[in-house]
Amino acid sequence: MGKTIVEKILGKLSGKDVSAGDLVVAPIDYAMAHDGTAPLAIKAFMEMGGERVWNPSRIIFIIDHVSPSTSIGTSNLHKLMRDFARKHGIKLYDVGSGICHQIMVEDGYVKPGYIILGADSHTCTYGALGAFSTGIGSTEMASVFLSGKLWFKVPETIKITIMDEPPSWIMGKDIILNIIGALGSDGATYKAIEFDGSVIKKLSISDRLTICNMVVEMGAKAGIIKPDEKTKSFLGDNLGRIDIVEPDKDAEYADEYLVGVSGLEPQVAKPSKVDDVTSVTEVEGIEIDQVFIGSCTNGRIEDLRAAARILKGRKVKDGVRLLVIPASRKIYLKALNEDLIKVFLEAGGAVYSPGCGPCMGGHIGILGDDEICISTSNRNFAGRMGSPKAKIYLASPLTAAASAITGKITDPRRFL
Amino acid sequence: MKVFRGRVHKFGDDIDTDVIIPGKYLKEFDPKELAKHAMEGVDPEFPRKVGVGDFILAGENFGCGSSREHAPMALHAAGIRIVLAKSFARIFYRNSINGAYLLPIEIDDDIYNSISDGDEVELDLNKMTLRNLTSGGEFALKEIPEIVVEIFEAGGILKWKPKKL
Repeated sequence: MGKTIVEKILGKLSGKDVSAGDLVVAPIDYAMAHDGTAPLAIKAFMEMGGERVWNPSRIIFIIDHVSPSTSIGTSNLHKLMRDFARKHGIKLYDVGSGICHQIMVEDGYVKPGYIILGADSHTCTYGALGAFSTGIGSTEMASVFLSGKLWFKVPETIKITIMDEPPSWIMGKDIILNIIGALGSDGATYKAIEFDGSVIKKLSISDRLTICNMVVEMGAKAGIIKPDEKTKSFLGDNLGRIDIVEPDKDAEYADEYLVGVSGLEPQVAKPSKVDDVTSVTEVEGIEIDQVFIGSCTNGRIEDLRAAARILKGRKVKDGVRLLVIPASRKIYLKALNEDLIKVFLEAGGAVYSPGCGPCMGGHIGILGDDEICISTSNRNFAGRMGSPKAKIYLASPLTAAASAITGKITDPRRFL
Repeated sequence: MKVFRGRVHKFGDDIDTDVIIPGKYLKEFDPKELAKHAMEGVDPEFPRKVGVGDFILAGENFGCGSSREHAPMALHAAGIRIVLAKSFARIFYRNSINGAYLLPIEIDDDIYNSISDGDEVELDLNKMTLRNLTSGGEFALKEIPEIVVEIFEAGGILKWKPKKL
């Protein structure tokens, strides 16, 4: 029987021929933790009497969730991370570097065929480059710090083929929101999702990252895309050990879906469920208080360019706050060089230093009671960005930018 | 293997980690502080209602969302030991076991519908049965994977000594 991409990666690295359902122990290429999860992992590591980490050059710490710190408590946790990193020789990306998932991809830690674990649920993002990556908790991360290995149940794979001629304005966010709406918030629990089809081949790496980023919103363990020429050119010359893994023609899938995008309208997830997805035309006119453009889902240069395309020469509606947070320092610099930051500021927006921002309610842009936000991030759960009474709509950077101008949820096609 | 008895707090589908413990409390290490905010997003009164040894009964996809281990920690600190749900999100399930915070047990629609908020229940892990002490009725439960019970009873993955690997 043929193998899926995930079966091949887990099989190769565990040294066995494996199929969905098998238990394997596999060595980890990189382990990542951020300021929301590393402190508990460090505590667990110490409690288990850990003296040395398995390989400091394979562990990455990133301060992004509450960055810079807003309280003494958080500052002390950041200090714990810095002290631990210094003692063990672990690379730490400090305040202002960017969001963990963007840095992992941007700084070359993610390569096709790798197994990467992150103490963050959106670690599934890296499948966009053909790696098997998934999120784990802090205690489990502590055991990875010690051993460099983890046991996995090889997941079944759902294959989603995305086809048709995509509309010119379409973004990865519209596609993945549409799929989440169809499969539901537990439609892929414990499973991997392999994305393929003519549309995937056309999409930029940025859009592919957005798509894989959100598979966890369907409960998936991993999302994965077969690497191609775009992947190779994104990774550049310094590839090192890579393993371009393709699925077998006769691979066995738990389910197979065909998704057509030619008739798709811009998609919006309504409060407070990520799978409550509708077309923008169904929610147009709802008044908003805040617009957030950023996060590991949609804070890349392509996302900022899309937003700037609509905001250039226009003004944010009075009474609406527009927060823009580039996903990394490198993206921020690019946006400066391309005059995108100027566009956001001239439009009346606020631009903050790279980090998670309001996405998980940690620091910047917390919502008050009954406030409404349209956000390019990945979750709209009650209380996610502050008050449990606030409402969050999720959309693409184009839709978010159009809404900032009118002060209401707006179809971006009006401005294109 | 033990018998657990407690009062049920009933919730619906898709109870996510942000309502179990909002992100702003991730700076907290102290279980007592986390307990004060457990389930804040769905029921701010929850910490005052819950007693040690109580059960959560929930629908599909309990614990979806973030990888934050603070979620099972907060529920444990509030007194919860057992979560009965129609299904669990993957990372929450692993975190619950790895830290020995909670024993997650999958149940079917019939059990979910037969137990009301506030009912007293008794879970017998030897027989894998659940009894509703308030309204009567005994239900057979699906077997829990052996490794899950082993890790939970050892007090978490850091204390667990694998028999074989």
